[in-house]
Amino acid sequence: MSLPADTMDTICPLHLQVGADGRVRRMGPTLRKLLSGRCCRGLPFADVLHIYRPKGVSTLPGLLEMAGRKLQLRLCCGPRMTLKGLAMPDGEGGALVSLSFGIGVVEAVRLHALTSTDFAVTDLAIDMLYLVEAKSAAMEASRTLNRRLQGAMLAAEQRAYTDTLTGLQNRRAMDHMLQRLIRSGERFALLHLDLDFFKQVNDTRGHAAGDRVLQAVARIMLDVTRKEDLVARVGGDEFVILLAGLVDTARLSELADRLIRRIERPIPMDGALCRVSASIGIALNDPEAGGAQTAEALLEHADMALYTAKRLGRAQHAFYVPEPVDGAQ
Amino acid sequence: MHGLIARTLQCFLQDTYGQSAWQEIARRAEFDATDFEAMLDYDTRIVEQVLDSAVLRLDKPREAILEDIGTYLITHPNNEGLRRLMRYGGVDFIDFLHSLEDLPGRARLTVADLELPELELTDSSPGQFLISCHGSLRDLPGFGHVLVGVLRAMADDYGALVILDHRGALDGAEIIDITVVETDFAEGRDFDLAAAPPIRREAAS
Repeated sequence: MSLPADTMDTICPLHLQVGADGRVRRMGPTLRKLLSGRCCRGLPFADVLHIYRPKGVSTLPGLLEMAGRKLQLRLCCGPRMTLKGLAMPDGEGGALVSLSFGIGVVEAVRLHALTSTDFAVTDLAIDMLYLVEAKSAAMEASRTLNRRLQGAMLAAEQRAYTDTLTGLQNRRAMDHMLQRLIRSGERFALLHLDLDFFKQVNDTRGHAAGDRVLQAVARIMLDVTRKEDLVARVGGDEFVILLAGLVDTARLSELADRLIRRIERPIPMDGALCRVSASIGIALNDPEAGGAQTAEALLEHADMALYTAKRLGRAQHAFYVPEPVDGAQ
Repeated sequence: MHGLIARTLQCFLQDTYGQSAWQEIARRAEFDATDFEAMLDYDTRIVEQVLDSAVLRLDKPREAILEDIGTYLITHPNNEGLRRLMRYGGVDFIDFLHSLEDLPGRARLTVADLELPELELTDSSPGQFLISCHGSLRDLPGFGHVLVGVLRAMADDYGALVILDHRGALDGAEIIDITVVETDFAEGRDFDLAAAPPIRREAAS
């Protein structure tokens, strides 16, 4: 070819010249670097370039037939990376093949420690590397922000679902859990617990003492229930406990009594002892036994049972008993 | 104002003067949030207030602080990624200067809504350059001084000996004089294309 070798090397450092005999006549400096001396001049071009798309090409006429089309190829004795190629006749019976890394340029630069002088200054490869680095930096900044927002959101959510005085869940958390249990059709018990004689503690010993009683009672409820149960403070001295999977009345009675006995143990307070007790109303959601219920109905039933327990003299529990439907007898 | 710029001011103050200095500056500026976020937008006024507050607390001229920010952007280990991006500009300092006009475009390629002032490079005689920052006085006051710090640090990075002079404003543009005395004055820092881009450490976390 009549162009000076230096011109070809500078304008297209990743090129290969095929002579009229189908053998490699010359290779650009970057291609030589990739092959690191393994494939040399004089070999048939098909021993250097394995062209496999649009179809396998191993002869010079075959290569010239592909002139102007996008070729996909691999180097026979170089790294196993895919290159893009473009072959055109050189005017002297041979072919000139221009190669490019395409999208694999980032990987190629890392693998072969390429520098900016390995690319023609008009090549966009360096700009592409710049973009990749710049985009990862910008992406990292975005991810940092997302992580911080996520952390803040979790903390806010935690706060929104927690009763600050006792560390128990709050009404919002209880509503949420109750809806979820009902939606998934689970069997569960809802205990509505109300402290007895709490007002006297507040009136005689002050609100600080009342707060400490609430905290002590909260600890007892957490002790007596399982980890997966929900214990929520839903009002001043009112609590709701959701016990998933538990609708056995004997076991529930036993649990309610144990809760009441523990709460009745005198709580030491500034050298004196505080005594409170509790009444508990229990409602059951058992979709298999009866019809499924709404959250409102369950809360109302537990509340009615609690009223019954209070009316029977406090410090005891009661189950909600459905009233007989009119005309059923 | 883009959060990246506000965040840069915060990271510069934290990394250079410490967390308590930053907190005091932010408090005096009546900046209520604890941190600027790089990917949010801020009212230019609050960023200006923080800068004014830093001038008072550090007892340093505004221009000097801005120039220090420019130097910090290139030299602090936390900003290695940015230094690398700047080094893509050219193989030596002169080459780098010639790429400066592309800087706002390059910034936009990365962060589409990051608007930097348009830069214009004029070379009057060999080794003698002049950079005009257009619109910086209106949109990004002090940008020229930050750029002086960046250029000074980049000259060091390339190992070039240069003299820089912020000449003030002319027709609404900030003018910077650059005299390149020698491009090969000292050993510059490495720039290896193949080096894995470092992930920026978060100064505040």
